[in-house]
Amino acid sequence: MNVVAQPLAQPLARPAPPAPYGMLAELTHRCPLQCPYCSNPVDLDRRTVELDTQTWLRVFSEAAKLGVLQVHLSGGEPTARRDLESMIRHCVEVGLYTNLITAGVGVTPERLAAISDAGVDHVQLSFQGASVEVTDKVSNFRGAHERKLAVAREVRRLGLPLTINSVVHRANIHQIPDFIQLALELGAGRIEIAHSQYYGWALRNRGALMPTRDQVFWALDVVEEARARLKGQLTIDAVVPDYYAKYPKPCMNGWGRQSLNVTPSGKVLPCHAAETIPGLDFWNVREHGLSDIWLNAPSFNAFRGTDWMPDLCKSCERKEKDWGGCRCQAMAIAGDAAATDPACHKSPLHAHLLALAEADAAGGEVAYDYRRYVVPDRAN
Amino acid sequence: MTALVTSAIPRLARGVRLRHDEARGQWVLLAPERVLNPDPVAVEILKKVDGVRSIDIIIDELASAFTVDRERVATDVDAFLAGLKEKGIVTLAAVTVGDAAS
Ligand code: SF4
Ligand code: SF4
Repeated sequence: MNVVAQPLAQPLARPAPPAPYGMLAELTHRCPLQCPYCSNPVDLDRRTVELDTQTWLRVFSEAAKLGVLQVHLSGGEPTARRDLESMIRHCVEVGLYTNLITAGVGVTPERLAAISDAGVDHVQLSFQGASVEVTDKVSNFRGAHERKLAVAREVRRLGLPLTINSVVHRANIHQIPDFIQLALELGAGRIEIAHSQYYGWALRNRGALMPTRDQVFWALDVVEEARARLKGQLTIDAVVPDYYAKYPKPCMNGWGRQSLNVTPSGKVLPCHAAETIPGLDFWNVREHGLSDIWLNAPSFNAFRGTDWMPDLCKSCERKEKDWGGCRCQAMAIAGDAAATDPACHKSPLHAHLLALAEADAAGGEVAYDYRRYVVPDRAN
Repeated sequence: MTALVTSAIPRLARGVRLRHDEARGQWVLLAPERVLNPDPVAVEILKKVDGVRSIDIIIDELASAFTVDRERVATDVDAFLAGLKEKGIVTLAAVTVGDAAS
């Protein structure tokens, strides 16, 4: 069944989409850690195919011109790029707000000082656990936790605002109160508690990651209580798990509406998991300008707005609230990227999704299939 | 309800930037994972929050630029900056002894 990227009947009749606010720049897929839920694709880009400095600088200039306000410098581990500082400097020059998303392993105080001097606006640091054991186990890197603590302290010493990012799943969901405490102790202004999203690596590891319904509802209560208690002191943003929810998440706030994502090799995606949808035609910054891609790439227009929706969503009053949910989840569960997200209780596959989640959650201790380069590198 | 010491010097906190957004023709305040749209009055105040001008000077300049009553401007500026300070968007530095004496 060929369901994706249908050619539009009248491409010119479509009103131009508003400019994007944010761009996720995945500078590299290289990373010393091996999180089993990593949002990078299963088929990771090698260093040899990464964009060079000049191309990235051009992309940042084009992004600023297009209307992007904030750039998230991510990876993999973005500090694996030795030219990171020059990219930050360039972003500052063209008026882009820069957010560094780092795992904090292998980042020396000297490097952080250089990044700070380059003008980075904000640092987001991941913690795979709230304790040595959990962080080191989940990231599969001994000593990761201690290094992260040191980086967090250094970030604050430099006066940079800090966000702690913690992806939660069965092995660490009970640590949410500890994550919040950790964020407070480290002087973070913000913490993201993001339930693992099941695409790519996380989908492979769903049996090991899926929390139980009770755990998820307990977590929601804990977050809500902490939010009220810490108002004005710590901002808590939570990405809710939708397997047990009634409505799907408004994925990306709508496909091709507010943000775009550039991969290490220059492909531009509407969301970081979009490559899990077969048949989408992604354009590359090596061949196209960013504005051209945003406006005209078939992958961006495939699920923009509401025209592509199945009748179930089209006739629903929430269609411009949640935009039919997540296309990648529809692909993963329904086998059809243009289906209603099975996380929605109206989807005919909702019960199936719930059953999958419950079966996975009852799985007990399952070994992780850690993130790694799966295809042997023929280049070296 | 004056909450702030008006000799203090406000500046945008690290990680907060005010800029004109050409693509959308508006001023925006950029903060971690947030884009705020200040209204026109807020923009006029924010443009003077440069880490050099004190609150007093900001009030003076706005009062004369817009020929409005200084008291009213003072109340608005105070309330606005106090709100931003609470949200961590603006920090206040007290003037040093040397500066105060000059
Ligand atoms: S999720 Fe983990 S493995 Fe993936 S890039 Fe981030 S730190 Fe590295
Ligand atoms: S039917 Fe579609 S639009 Fe309506 S709530 Fe469900 S996913 Fe959202």
